[in-house]
Amino acid sequence: MLVDQLKSGLDAPICLTWELTYACNLACIHCLSSSGRRDPRELSTDECKAVIDELARLQVFYVNIGGGEPTIRSDFFEIVDYAVAKGVGVKFSTNGSRIDAEAALRLSGSDYIDIQISLDGADRETNDAVRGDGSWDTAITAMNHLRDAGFGQFKISVVMTRHNIAQLDAFEALAAQYGAELRLTRLRPSGRGADTWDQLHPTNAQQRELYNWIITRPKVLTGDSFFHLSALGESLPGLNLCGAGRIVCLIDPIGEVYACPFVLHDEFKAGSVREAGGFTAVWRESELFTSLREPQSPGACGSCGSYDACQGGCMAAKFFTGLPLDGPDPECVWGNADDELARIAAATDSAKPSPGPGHSKPTPVSLGRKPVDAYS
Amino acid sequence: MPAGPTTVESVASAIDLAAAYRLHPNVAVRPEPFGALVYHYGNRKLVFLKSPRMVAVVRSLDDAPSVRSALETNGVAGKDTDRYLVALNSLLASDMLISSETPEVSCAR
Repeated sequence: MLVDQLKSGLDAPICLTWELTYACNLACIHCLSSSGRRDPRELSTDECKAVIDELARLQVFYVNIGGGEPTIRSDFFEIVDYAVAKGVGVKFSTNGSRIDAEAALRLSGSDYIDIQISLDGADRETNDAVRGDGSWDTAITAMNHLRDAGFGQFKISVVMTRHNIAQLDAFEALAAQYGAELRLTRLRPSGRGADTWDQLHPTNAQQRELYNWIITRPKVLTGDSFFHLSALGESLPGLNLCGAGRIVCLIDPIGEVYACPFVLHDEFKAGSVREAGGFTAVWRESELFTSLREPQSPGACGSCGSYDACQGGCMAAKFFTGLPLDGPDPECVWGNADDELARIAAATDSAKPSPGPGHSKPTPVSLGRKPVDAYS
Repeated sequence: MPAGPTTVESVASAIDLAAAYRLHPNVAVRPEPFGALVYHYGNRKLVFLKSPRMVAVVRSLDDAPSVRSALETNGVAGKDTDRYLVALNSLLASDMLISSETPEVSCAR
């Protein structure tokens, strides 16, 4: 069966995310890569081109470029142009801050470039509460430039939270206004999202609302990220499986390869493109990816009638909330993780792994005041 | 299996067994152990070809005078044919196959 074959891995990923930089002019409170400051060990332009050469050889159809804010890199367009010339399509995620009229015109020239503008609220107030002051205006300005330049269909990418689920219709209307596609993705407790998950993740009633909304809109994209909701009934469109290390992976700004975009943690690091053998060897031979491609135990979910539909949910969501990987997702629609989550919350020795200090910018400290711990 | 990228909700255009087709110039075929992945750079659709023979049929369309001939060349006959037609229809509906008479145009957005 195809799904079984996909689970046992492909010769190359179908969908590869490449965070080009951890530098970012924003500091979104749910940033899955805790971005802010550039890592000085970032891949050089030549190293990036060598990665692209490899992806072209592997016939990776396209890369999802992100960050940080990828357009901050001064060689951003050079890297994109190089990928396109090699037949590797590019979809990149941006907060829009560098998409001025000139950039929009330049990007409009290629069929091989797709753009995702991140917007986490259908109005300024909701969006800026998560993405920071001014981020709504920045995104809308970029969208106007893309429309004026005749870019065509770009994507508006929304991370679904407790505060924007009620805005689904408004997002749909906004996308229609720009002739854009709407893409909804799941909030993960990764990076800075680990700290804000409790306040931001949708309630179970909202999850049902979201499921009912998506199931009637086959044109709304979801990046397959809500497969845990398929337990509610008819399967959502998509492969409905965790593709980590099997059909997807992530390359971080310093060339390290992780199982998926949501598990930037040592535990899920498979290797580095800087090692001998490059990306290909990591994808095909790393111990981590090999083990992820072996049949996985359903564990505590084995006795639940929904397991075939939801596959136990998202590995990253489980990991960063301290749940066992072979058990229910923290957002299991049947509440099967609730007891364990309550136990973890009550425990003094928290089982939650630290998301690490990440790349957040230090909180500004004024002189004469008590220093503020950025991570408290 | 659940509906995936392989599924095309409504197959608007049905493949004509007597006609000749070829892959759209913006389409790439990547071999995989189970068959192949087919990707359209223009509309970014992805289709799975679930057996090596399916891949052989698709690859032979370029030179075959008709779909029927491509199927015969690869030994597809009888009840099997339907399964192949479903796959070819989904390629057609995703603009991955075009009629050999379609003039080559670059894919407009």
